[in-house]
Amino acid sequence: MAQIGQFALALAWVVTAYSIVASLLGIRLKHDNLIASGRNAALGTFVCITSAIACLGYLFAVSDFSIKYIAAHSNRDLPIYFKVSSIWGGQEGSLLFWGWLLTAYSALVIVQNWRKHSAMMPYVVAVLMGTSFFFTSMHLFIVNPFNQTVFLQSDASPLPFVPRDGTGLNPLLQDPYMVIHPPMLYLGFVGFAVPFAFAIAAMITKQLGDTWIRTTRRWTMVAWMFLSIGIMLGGKWAYHELGWGGFWAWDPVENASMMPWLIGTAFLHSVMVQEKKGMLKVWNMVLIILTFIMSIFGTLLTRSGMVQSVHAFAQSPVGGYFRAFIIVALSGALYLLFDRLPYLKSENQMESIVSRESSFMFNNLILLAACFAVFWGTMFPIISEAATGSKITVGPPFFNKVNVPIAIFLMFLTGVGPLLAWRRASTNSLKRNFLSPAVIALASGVALYFRGVQHFYAWLSIVMSIFVTLTIIREFYKGAAARSSGTGETFLEAIVNLTLRNTRRYGGYVVHFGFVLLFIGWTGQAFTTDAEGEMGVGDTLSIREYTLRVDKLGIEDTPNYASDKATISLFEYGKKVANLYPEKRLYKAGQEKQPTTEVSIYSTAKNDVYLVFQGGTRDGKKAIIQVFYNPLTMWVWIGGIVLVAGTLIALLPNKKTILRRRPEIESKEERKEVEEKV
Amino acid sequence: MKRKQLKFVAGSVVIILTLAYLAYSGFKEGNAYYQTVSELYASKDQAYTRRLKVAGDVVPGSIQREGKSINFMISQQDEKTKQVETLTVKYVGNDAPPDTFVDRAQAVVEGQLGRDGVFVANKMQAKCASKYEKESAAGVRKSD
Repeated sequence: MAQIGQFALALAWVVTAYSIVASLLGIRLKHDNLIASGRNAALGTFVCITSAIACLGYLFAVSDFSIKYIAAHSNRDLPIYFKVSSIWGGQEGSLLFWGWLLTAYSALVIVQNWRKHSAMMPYVVAVLMGTSFFFTSMHLFIVNPFNQTVFLQSDASPLPFVPRDGTGLNPLLQDPYMVIHPPMLYLGFVGFAVPFAFAIAAMITKQLGDTWIRTTRRWTMVAWMFLSIGIMLGGKWAYHELGWGGFWAWDPVENASMMPWLIGTAFLHSVMVQEKKGMLKVWNMVLIILTFIMSIFGTLLTRSGMVQSVHAFAQSPVGGYFRAFIIVALSGALYLLFDRLPYLKSENQMESIVSRESSFMFNNLILLAACFAVFWGTMFPIISEAATGSKITVGPPFFNKVNVPIAIFLMFLTGVGPLLAWRRASTNSLKRNFLSPAVIALASGVALYFRGVQHFYAWLSIVMSIFVTLTIIREFYKGAAARSSGTGETFLEAIVNLTLRNTRRYGGYVVHFGFVLLFIGWTGQAFTTDAEGEMGVGDTLSIREYTLRVDKLGIEDTPNYASDKATISLFEYGKKVANLYPEKRLYKAGQEKQPTTEVSIYSTAKNDVYLVFQGGTRDGKKAIIQVFYNPLTMWVWIGGIVLVAGTLIALLPNKKTILRRRPEIESKEERKEVEEKV
Repeated sequence: MKRKQLKFVAGSVVIILTLAYLAYSGFKEGNAYYQTVSELYASKDQAYTRRLKVAGDVVPGSIQREGKSINFMISQQDEKTKQVETLTVKYVGNDAPPDTFVDRAQAVVEGQLGRDGVFVANKMQAKCASKYEKESAAGVRKSD
């Protein structure tokens, strides 16, 4: 089976190379059959890499430890779903998985767009396959997942052998979230390759209207959504697996996923300015190029051990190749952009600082600033070593100091931006739209202050959240009220139909609301407290309104791990609310047994109670239990779900029924959209 | 330049300067020198005043809990002199040490070197000896 996989990789490499050559040569010679052949080759690559992935999955399923990757990332007693997810549990496999998603996306793009955009598509294929060629080369020559397990003899010559058992999957990765977190993240990273490819193709073919943006609008949203899901799942995983009570630590690997997200978010917003006003054309090109480069860079960061990280990735040979690919892709794209500047003239000018365009511009500016800050902070050890010879790291204070105000300012724009008129917002409309939300938000702010919320940023964040929520509710209310009076629908029907008729706008509001919820949860972090105690059976420990009581301390044994486990009763204001079971596991596979902490969380809308089994005391009679009181954390996850739901709504095609229009200025935009559709 | 554009430029400059200031102050607050054990000893007096991050392998058998703090030693072989240098660490952080903190793990401690030569850390990261080393210990190595 390994030979088949190996062969599939080699075949993929050849076919990818052929696809690039055939596409480009076909265009040059105006040879349609050659172009079609290049397209078919691109589809063929997908088949090849799919076979390779299937082989790898099979090898995991049958525990074939003669293959090094299997021996190093699995063991016989590993449950089957973890065996399958081990495909992306290590270096070689996760890169193969990346490459596979890229070919899958490519195939889908080809099927969707081949007829519609016949001039651009050969170039799109060439760009996607160019990226794919880089990855297939890596699979085949640098980090091949099908290499044999060998034993180094005393004269250093390798001798193939089959170990009795594998060294196991890292226990920290034996978690349902880790099964789906990497695929989601990669679906996001890889997804940005599609708009990038269209951007490049648009520049080459000089079709620089908004065709490429309209074509890739949904792709960008899908990629963005998956990346958001990936980041959220990563946070969720960290929260319940790492046992330090939080979900975000500005670790380089987390930052790696944050950077493309920030620029991708900027891109997602600024394309609207190009669609509506024909402005920011160069800027959008820069953004999508950077988003793609950051996706590759993110993969490089997580995969090369370039900067110190809590994630145990090996120092590996991939770094240099990735850097080379980034340099080639970036300089090529920027050169092309520079060459096409004359074709990218703006059709309009910014007119007023209080306008939709301007709010988009500031949104872009600070998202980019955030990305730059994250980049700078992550790379600072390397930059400072190059500049001064000593490696200097920056800590979370750096990231928080810069990004907290940025996030709050973003929040402000989230509330204000969508309601500002294009070109110039009149003072009257400002009053009409914002006066009541602002007054209510500020009044609640005063009330909150006197009830003890005096942490400045937390206070500001909550006030902003209220403000934004009110503006969003107002939008839905206004639209639905007008609609129900015009059509006789009930209010609820009106809301649904309103949303379905302009999914992008109202879906966008839902995304913004998700962002607000996420914010509220995140603000709760400012009020986290914790306590710790050595506890025997019957001992109690109190934190805020909760009391813990140890009922049992015991040992549990399974084939995969053994664990120390505490059974703890949780009381809220003296009333029992839950049984919690924090444990400390010792996984059995591999030479060195690795302990992991399994936290136990009691989660409510108000707060989480988060229990960590830190270990036993030396005499073995008591357990050291740490408890965190984390306010509002649940809202982070709910916010994430709402954010995804909103994106899904925005992805729906608009319902086309043209109903009686209401005579309001806002409907101009909708009418335009409907007209465009018809 | 038109007056309208001037407003945008001014607005952007204000934002960027504010962020730059915040970045600078955040940096001052949280920066740390990343050093190896031997670099730490080589930097002599400076070592006592700087906030440091030091990496090394946990010496087997050295981990001892003492009330709320954990005492252990990390060691590292100097790349040039091939000498193994050892540093005694007292971890007093609020967070529990990570699961990966075991004998022979690679630990990164953050804190300050005391005049008594004991490194007082309030932050710690640890990871398993890198995959490569672990594999060679198990007799499994890359075939290339």
